[in-house]
Amino acid sequence: MTSEPVAVVGIGQTRHVAARRDVSMAGMVREAAQRALVDAELTWADIDAVVIGKAPDFFEGVMMPELYLADALGAVGKPMLRVHTAGSVGGSTALVATNLVRSRVHVTVLTLAYEKQSESNAMWGLSLPIPFQQPLLAGAGGFFAPHVRAYMRRSGAPDTVGSLVAYKDRRNALLNPYAHLHEHDITLEKVQASPMLWDPIRYSETCPSSDGAVAMILTDRAGAARSPRRPAWLHGGAMRSEPTLFAGKDAVSPQAGRDCAADVYRQAGIADPRRDIDAVEMYVPFSWYEPMWLENLGFAAEGEGWKLTEAGVTELDGDLPVNMSGGVLSTNPIGASGMIRFAEAALQVRGLAGEHQVDGARRVLGHAYGGGSQFFSMWLVGSEPPTS
Amino acid sequence: MTREIAVVAFAQTDHRRTSEELSEVEMLMPVLHEVLDRTGLKTSDIGFTCSGSSDYLAGRAFSFTLALDGVGAWPPISESHVEMDGAWALYEAWTKLLTGDADTALVYSYGKSSPGSVRDVLTRQLDPYYLAPLWPDSVALAALQAQALIDEGYTDEPALAAVAARSRADAQTNSHAQLRGSVPHGDYVVRPLRTGDCPPIGDGAAAVILAAGERARELCERPAWIRGIDHRIEAHSLGVRELTDSPSTRLAAEKAGAFERPVDTAELHAPFTSQEVVLRKALRLDDGVRVNPSGGALAANPIMAAGLIRIGEAAARIHRGESDRALAHATSGPCLQQNLVAVLEGEPRHDQ
Amino acid sequence: MTTEVLKAPLVVEFPFTRSLGPVQSAFLTGLREQVVLGVRTADGRTLVPPVEYDPVTAAELRDLVQVAPTGTVTTWAWNHAPRRGQPLDTPFAWVLVRLDGADTALLHALDAPGPDAVHTGMRVRVRWAAQRSGAITDIACFEPSDSASGSNEVFGHNGQFESMVTGIVAEARLDYTYSPGRAQTDYINALAERRIVGERCPSCRKVYVPPRGACPTCGVATAEQVEVGPGGTVTTYCIVNIKARNLDIEVPYVYAHIALDGAGLALHGRIGGIPYDQVRMGLRVEPVWTEGGRYPDHYRPTGEPDADYETYKELL
Repeated sequence: MTSEPVAVVGIGQTRHVAARRDVSMAGMVREAAQRALVDAELTWADIDAVVIGKAPDFFEGVMMPELYLADALGAVGKPMLRVHTAGSVGGSTALVATNLVRSRVHVTVLTLAYEKQSESNAMWGLSLPIPFQQPLLAGAGGFFAPHVRAYMRRSGAPDTVGSLVAYKDRRNALLNPYAHLHEHDITLEKVQASPMLWDPIRYSETCPSSDGAVAMILTDRAGAARSPRRPAWLHGGAMRSEPTLFAGKDAVSPQAGRDCAADVYRQAGIADPRRDIDAVEMYVPFSWYEPMWLENLGFAAEGEGWKLTEAGVTELDGDLPVNMSGGVLSTNPIGASGMIRFAEAALQVRGLAGEHQVDGARRVLGHAYGGGSQFFSMWLVGSEPPTS
Repeated sequence: MTREIAVVAFAQTDHRRTSEELSEVEMLMPVLHEVLDRTGLKTSDIGFTCSGSSDYLAGRAFSFTLALDGVGAWPPISESHVEMDGAWALYEAWTKLLTGDADTALVYSYGKSSPGSVRDVLTRQLDPYYLAPLWPDSVALAALQAQALIDEGYTDEPALAAVAARSRADAQTNSHAQLRGSVPHGDYVVRPLRTGDCPPIGDGAAAVILAAGERARELCERPAWIRGIDHRIEAHSLGVRELTDSPSTRLAAEKAGAFERPVDTAELHAPFTSQEVVLRKALRLDDGVRVNPSGGALAANPIMAAGLIRIGEAAARIHRGESDRALAHATSGPCLQQNLVAVLEGEPRHDQ
Repeated sequence: MTTEVLKAPLVVEFPFTRSLGPVQSAFLTGLREQVVLGVRTADGRTLVPPVEYDPVTAAELRDLVQVAPTGTVTTWAWNHAPRRGQPLDTPFAWVLVRLDGADTALLHALDAPGPDAVHTGMRVRVRWAAQRSGAITDIACFEPSDSASGSNEVFGHNGQFESMVTGIVAEARLDYTYSPGRAQTDYINALAERRIVGERCPSCRKVYVPPRGACPTCGVATAEQVEVGPGGTVTTYCIVNIKARNLDIEVPYVYAHIALDGAGLALHGRIGGIPYDQVRMGLRVEPVWTEGGRYPDHYRPTGEPDADYETYKELL
């Protein structure tokens, strides 16, 4: 028995900013959901189930917020699930939603992810003091910077590569009205001159802290046929986890990421990702993760990822555009970022990405990761229904 | 034809007031080993893993990432997590198995109520603008519901005390339960609820293994087949809801097929005696049904695992031949706001 | 040997700044002005407190209407031992109150002399807080009232106010007692003796430091204690330039991954005793302990030749 094909027929997101001061939490999430409903020309009554995801509850100080959000999301009388897989949560949430359609338990599912982290402070939320542990760092950058250094050493990459990624993603963001950072006067020199925060990561190479929400509406083949606009079709999806820290872990190119990608490619019939995939929305919170993930995802051989970046292959008009939306480097509501990657991939194959559209994008990968490089979730979407 | 999914193994900790000498993973790991040993499976044989837990209960963000150490996620595994009771993690695993992506799933959940003040922690679930700033604790909210039941003549204090006494008497045969045998009903905590009407505060963990089709028969002599499982949520505000009823429980039960045929056993996740009254009504359970033979949440209430344990207990009775058709219920949120119902069945026994 | 269980307080506290939607803004501003507002649904019900979205249809609600500050108790519960943060610090009743003009009930506290003075169906009225800022606590509590329902007073406020409240600050503090568990406790106790002791997995034989009680790749309990170090190799590092608020370390400093001799993976520590720009991968280091410190204060170079990349590249 094969599972039901899944189509993305509605996508909505908020204009991501440092702080939304004009809406409640429900108002912000609702905005994204409403936009997705309008895109799909559906109403709340058409939704059979809601799957919501976000990162730690401490960020907003609301425990299990699906309970408070039920009314706002039209979930009263419906099933509602709340997923939490750290930074990859946006991706995992979307995949849990796809399972509901694939298994034919539900027909039309609303899935959302959000963070309104301005209600607290992301740095505080990520660094809650744990007794008996030696406080050495605050914030996420210091945790990842040593792995970046290890990559630079292993690959021999020139130290300008990180800046190239940041410059590219921020320029792409200028073409995305929903992106948080719109740095109109950005230049490569400014990026390279920006101060080192956790050497080798510069200030300009780090992600912002954003408030934002994203929503998608998933449905089955029959629902897709009724869709007013071209759907994005699920060709493959997978999640993989490995322990945060363990003897023999490759923190630069985690096995879980490689296995996850391999599973997605197998499902989607992708033999050569570099050739078969048109574009990628990948979770790059610190610029050096672009070359690292290019290798981890099989787009480049080990040690060669930085060459694609340096050669401009990953530019919007390059051969394999990466983070056309501006990526996490330009927009980072932590719980939403993974789903934004998935949604942006879907926008591309639907031809609805506006000014940051890649012409002829037919198969695009969405990627999310979280924790200490331990949780990975990915999906491959296409402009045509899957053949298998 | 849809795949048939069954619970093939269940294990739980001995639930205790505190487990301060153990970390969460140290508390959880023996339970994981028990279900794996019972089925002869190793982590690498499991197709999908899903857990349920709450950062807020622990006072730590990302606390579930450490629990994963107990699973042995190497080589990397297909794994997910819900910030909800493990019953919903089981639901997610059930849908995953239905897709055919996997044939077996490991579901686990754990919760340490001892580090924090649970009554106060749970206030953080409430409307952040209109309710949370007043800090109405979980006993207070349950008491409002209990008083509403008393006002409408559905119960009285002696009847509530009888629910408590029955539950803990039944728990005498449950070595995992925290409160067993005769327990003094005590003074009012928030009237009309007394100490005995409230669940014990404690720590614990549970794990279940699900399997599909023939795989289930290979792993378990008498699998507890999940004939139906569904969950529904109600509006958040207490003042909008009918507190003496649970429409979401009834709806979930309908969708799960609970009313198609009578059940012989019902494991209800009712941390407060008054909530059992509401659930019996909503589920139309008459005196012919054995309710909470395990003692229920009044005998042991490891938050985030108590709902999964209801499913596990019902399944275990089917495994042992003590039940043929059982209902298991889990709840989340203030005054039964969200509810899950699973209907489990064992195949006809040879001696029938 | 029984070890005393290590415990320490853990406080999670933050003044959350919550912005409001228009309906919430009007309601809370109204409370500041001693006006109670509800919101009307399409089917004519009046919801108090006014929520942003209809619980039945999910429609957005905007139509504000004033209700009376008097109402009827629909259920109650006597709270003889008030807890931190609750509306009163003397015993009170939690109540759901359906204000006159509303179809739904509001949750709050009722100041009454005892449970015998409270019953479902009794009449109550708002007691306003002396200082009001636009929050649910602008209602200090309810108090018994002898007003009959259906008074002649007209409540016709339109929900518009000058200087609307647009946000609330919701201070929240939760106190926990944290205990690290058996493996971490043994580790911490050994540190007190200036020994870094990990645990070996019985299956893969790797030594985990800090130990976690479980081998994460094998999923089995670790127990065999193995002392590691004191020397170790810097496998990778970064130079931290931003000083964090609650950290006592001057910037710039080096945050490093250090694979102590015998350990299966690196632990994290600060490098000292060498200019930060001379730290490199492969540097051999040893712990430096301070009097009464719970952890090595930092790691300093031992003076040995750097470790060959091949010897530690598997630990990256």
